Amino acid sequence: MNIHVSYPSRLYSDKLSLDCGSTRICHDISVAIPDRGFTVIIGPNGCGKSTLLRGLSRLVRPSAGKVHLDGKVISDYSTREVAQRLGLLPQSAQAPEGIRVGELVSRGRFPYRRAFSTWSDEDERAVLAALQATSTLELIDREVDTLSGGQRQRVWIALALAQETPVLLLDEPTTFLDIAHQIELLNLLRNLKETGNRTLVAVLHDLNHACRYADHLIAMRDGRILFEGSPAEIITPSNIEALFGLRCVVISDPVSGTPLVVPR
Amino acid sequence: MNDRPSPVIADTTASPAISFPWRALLTALALCSLLLIVILASLSLGARDMSSHHVVDLLMAPDSSADSVVIWQMRLPRTVLGLLVGAALGLAGTLIQALTRNPLADPGLLGINSGAAFAVVVGLSLFGIDDAGVRLAAALGGSAFCAVLVYILGGSSNGKNQHTRLVLAGVAISVSLGACTGIITLFDSAVFDSYRFWAVGALNSPPPGLYSVLLPVIGLGAVIALSLGGKLNALALGDDLALALGAQPVQVRALSFLAITLLCGSATAAAGPIGFVGLVVPHALRLLVGQDWRWIMWLSPLAGAALVLVSDILGRLIVLPGELEVGIVCALIGTPVLLGLIIHFSRRSR
Repeated sequence: MNIHVSYPSRLYSDKLSLDCGSTRICHDISVAIPDRGFTVIIGPNGCGKSTLLRGLSRLVRPSAGKVHLDGKVISDYSTREVAQRLGLLPQSAQAPEGIRVGELVSRGRFPYRRAFSTWSDEDERAVLAALQATSTLELIDREVDTLSGGQRQRVWIALALAQETPVLLLDEPTTFLDIAHQIELLNLLRNLKETGNRTLVAVLHDLNHACRYADHLIAMRDGRILFEGSPAEIITPSNIEALFGLRCVVISDPVSGTPLVVPR
Repeated sequence: MNDRPSPVIADTTASPAISFPWRALLTALALCSLLLIVILASLSLGARDMSSHHVVDLLMAPDSSADSVVIWQMRLPRTVLGLLVGAALGLAGTLIQALTRNPLADPGLLGINSGAAFAVVVGLSLFGIDDAGVRLAAALGGSAFCAVLVYILGGSSNGKNQHTRLVLAGVAISVSLGACTGIITLFDSAVFDSYRFWAVGALNSPPPGLYSVLLPVIGLGAVIALSLGGKLNALALGDDLALALGAQPVQVRALSFLAITLLCGSATAAAGPIGFVGLVVPHALRLLVGQDWRWIMWLSPLAGAALVLVSDILGRLIVLPGELEVGIVCALIGTPVLLGLIIHFSRRSR
């Protein structure tokens, strides 16, 4: 399906192709991320979701096509300028052994610092605000190694928030969390979008979570976008079968009223 | 930009995000005082003992006495060389640890020492050179060649097992060059004799004009190393997040390698391969001041210089009137320190 960029968005790709080694992962993708929305990318394993996210955040250099951020091709910015506009929380993030929460989150201020500069009041305010927004302020002096999975994930999100970027991309932020922590994290993200004037994009595995929290879905298969739109528009039994090869019924979620996918 | 996400007002009564770096400042203070004491000791102690008062007098006003000559022509050059070599090794070791995230990584593991040793041996055996200046150039060239080779083999890739590749490439180069060095020295006893003294690491015979080469090379390496601390902090979070934060892992790695080559190559060229300094210094500093590579980077030259000077002084005193080479003493001191660290770490992780 050919999707045209219909409105000028902060972040959009134009016929973007991405390779991993010599294999093409994403083919000719033109997609616009709605400003101030919560966009979720869904699709089967290996469909190129994470690669698209990495492409949008200039972690993978395009083989063809371009990514535009705030009216300019993303590669025309310095990496520092991009890092002040667009944040990414990758799956591979690792905490140095023995580091404390406050120090880890403060590393999110890297884009605002120079080689020999000192810690500013602005840095301090941003870090405390990020800790507060993620309810991790009371963990500030704890070692990251000693935290539970849910706490640790909130700390990583605090790091990304301390970066204070208008656009924030998250690669499978709920992986390895139990159901309660998943919901807690998604509520946090929705809250951030609503109160913080932010544009969020996440890769999520759970379809029903995606339907409940996203206001825009991008459905990918085999490195291409099959369809995109609001959950209510695109989550239909025929679309889910085309996407995952899974026969299902779609009912209304009794709590949120969003589509709920029930496999047959 | 005027469309920043609206700031949340933080609760200002909370403890600060980064507590004041008391530990780092105290460590810096302690290292500076230790260094002063050690410098004075290095000038006063030896086969000809002098009081520190006398030493300070002679430093202020040199005269024509034998003591003055010993200080100005023997002990001062030797002390300065020890300071430079130790500072360079401390910085290089810190860079290597930050880069490889391997607790056993030191200049030897990246093949830099063996490159220098091989070049020196080839120079000695093929061209019969035993001139200190030429040896310096050969060692520097050998380290640079090795560092570039290891970087191409293992350091420039961007993959997930990049750290392992780096160390494996270093070990491979190290072992094969060590074998070549062994073959040459085995069949040429004259070369072996000259090589032997260089290979244990010694500060006692700095060639004239050494400082004019050593100072700018180590200075440049140190400036690069000190400017990389913040970026290494970002790199410690993984390449993806580092890139998302605006640090460029490939560039940081290339600059680190350049600095390691300059620092380690010149130190090895000047004083032979001195082990353990580059390994122990960053470990000990991390235990003392935490995970911030900027602090560790600033403190590492102080700690490295102190360790090398202490080793040199002990080497002079243990077997009076003879001397033990500084490389041997460093290993002697370094081993118990390292064992202590291992025991400490295993207690912590239990």
